[in-house]
Amino acid sequence: MPNLLEIINLHTQVEGKEILKGVNLAINQGEIHALMGPNGSGKSTLASVLMGHPSFVVTSGKINWQGQDLLSLKPEERSHLGLFLAFQYPVSVTGLTVEHFLRSALSAHRQSAGQKILSPLEFRSLIEAELKLLKFKSEFLERSLNDGFSGGEKKRLEILQLAVLKPKLAILDETDSGLDVDAMKLVAEGVNRLAKSEMAVLVITHYQRLLHYLSPTNVHVMMAGKIIKSAGSDLVQAVEQTGYQQFEHLNVA
Amino acid sequence: MLPNTQTDKIPGSYQYGFHDDVKPVYSIPPGLSARVVQEISHIKNEPSWMLDRRLKALEAFGERPVPVWGANLLDIDFQSICYYLKPSERQVASWDKVPIKIKQTFDKLGIPQAEQKFLSGVGAQYDSEAIYHNLKEEWKKQGVIFMDMDSGLREHPEIVKQYFGTVVPLNDNKFAALNTATWSGGSFVYVPKGVQVTVPLQAYFRLNAQNMGQFERTLIIAEAGSLVTYVEGCTAPVYAVDSLHCAVVEIIAKPYSRVRYTTMQNWSNDVYNLVTKRAIAEEGACVEWVDGNFGSKVTMKYPSVYMKGRGSRADVLSLAYAGPGQHQDAGAKAMHLASDTSSNIISKSISRGGGRTSYRGLLHVAAHAINCKAKVKCDALLLDAESRSDTYPTNDVRNSSVQVEHEATVSKVGEEQLFYMRSRGLTENEATSLIVAGFIEPIARELPMEYAVELNRLIELEMDGSVG
Repeated sequence: MPNLLEIINLHTQVEGKEILKGVNLAINQGEIHALMGPNGSGKSTLASVLMGHPSFVVTSGKINWQGQDLLSLKPEERSHLGLFLAFQYPVSVTGLTVEHFLRSALSAHRQSAGQKILSPLEFRSLIEAELKLLKFKSEFLERSLNDGFSGGEKKRLEILQLAVLKPKLAILDETDSGLDVDAMKLVAEGVNRLAKSEMAVLVITHYQRLLHYLSPTNVHVMMAGKIIKSAGSDLVQAVEQTGYQQFEHLNVA
Repeated sequence: MLPNTQTDKIPGSYQYGFHDDVKPVYSIPPGLSARVVQEISHIKNEPSWMLDRRLKALEAFGERPVPVWGANLLDIDFQSICYYLKPSERQVASWDKVPIKIKQTFDKLGIPQAEQKFLSGVGAQYDSEAIYHNLKEEWKKQGVIFMDMDSGLREHPEIVKQYFGTVVPLNDNKFAALNTATWSGGSFVYVPKGVQVTVPLQAYFRLNAQNMGQFERTLIIAEAGSLVTYVEGCTAPVYAVDSLHCAVVEIIAKPYSRVRYTTMQNWSNDVYNLVTKRAIAEEGACVEWVDGNFGSKVTMKYPSVYMKGRGSRADVLSLAYAGPGQHQDAGAKAMHLASDTSSNIISKSISRGGGRTSYRGLLHVAAHAINCKAKVKCDALLLDAESRSDTYPTNDVRNSSVQVEHEATVSKVGEEQLFYMRSRGLTENEATSLIVAGFIEPIARELPMEYAVELNRLIELEMDGSVG
């Protein structure tokens, strides 16, 4: 059975500069992977490339999704397949309500899966429970998307979207940055709830805070565009104690 | 065909195109001359004062040069345009001959077929005639007059004579002069003192009235303490016989009355849309213009309010969308001619595919008008790098007791915005449509529901195939 996601020797450029220099990674159903590394190591670039950001040029390598080529697909097609990226900096759209946006996204997914599109009422009843779990009031649905939201609201909304779209693999790009402890707990609980139902997770972070709540099955350290060390959850401890410097000797270009 | 088709209820087909299917009873050859103007007035059996007015306006039109301060108007050939066409009353154009593309557009906009026929000039009785009939009875009881302008002049000559041209004088500008010389159709509305017309008057409903011509003239008089909302146009593309739409709208809002005038227009892409809209607001009166401009080649339209009475108010919401090859030069004028007056202008424009939008506004506060408040907010949204948006605000403020706020923003639909939305499963077109819909939401929420729904569909259509 092919991996859910398999990255093979991936090289990527942005504006002529090589950022990813041969990334290899495989993720399977139900696994929680943590990708750690210092600023500028290429973690967020990897997230953007996985989702299909048009600014990044893949110069060589492959990404397979359940054995099929992912790189030729548009971002929306990847989303329909079950890939989700929780953004580090979610973008705002004035005048577009959270509800309209969520319902449009869900409709696009259901349509692509050949399912019936939910009526506004059906959608409301589906989302009420999720709103409660993430401690949103239902008025929140009437607000403009990410417009004037606090850092915590933005990140919780990313998790709300995750809960509505129920992807097979969720990439969390620095979701812990700018969160207070309470918001972090809400986010982690949300992710754990979904991970129970076999969702795979790739958590990108350069801190360990979020990982205390998520218990990763696999931990990777990325430096200078490559994954240079992969191990079990013990690796989080090692990073916490001695930092990334201990791995520098492994990064032989 | 629908039952009860009444051929005498067919709107003037000249308004909507398909001219090869129309055999006019009266035909006036293209071109503009005193003879043509006399002919128009003669056909309508108008009083002599109106003919005089028309002829004076024709002179004013001839004397004025084509304005060059705004969009390019130099290519208009005034002599190639037909200024009056009355379709044969028995002639019905065939629905089968309506181009398939237009039918598809109607379908995509979700317009019922009976309405589609009306809009495309094919006729047949419009479903809401029955609704209109009941409203008509109610209005009659209240003394409200709502009819096409030609009938207005025939049936209420004294009111028309008293007010016609008092807001927009015949020599106000070249195109107001042209309209005054050649006008046909438009609406005539009179609301008596204290009467609150709760249901919007919709030009849309009036099948048998030639109210949506290309040189239409509209006159609205709201007596003291009255309230009225007038709605015209629709989001379906209007196919014009000639490439010039030149209208004049005059509103007189008497003390403490409230008038809202909503327009949503979508002219075909070869039309010059040059409209003078102006209102006079007397003491404590409030005039609101809601003005949406889609389509056309060039639009120049600056709804204005002359706040002549103390404490009067002006609200203008203007929306313009320019696609490839289009220039929307729109805006508003707020003339504070009395103390304690306030104006609020919100202008939103969207440009795509090399389209160009301009905001052109005038804010005037007279020296003796103290304690006035004025707020102007223009937001432009550019959907790509080829499109363009400019702002030309003019402030002429002659005393220092005024509170003026001016805010202008230009935003671009960014790659990051699109990527974010696409990562949630929306296509680039769907994402763009949602961004645009969000951008115009402050205006859409002021529209009657069916217009707002149509507007959103129109935007989805406009975005279709715009990118990728």
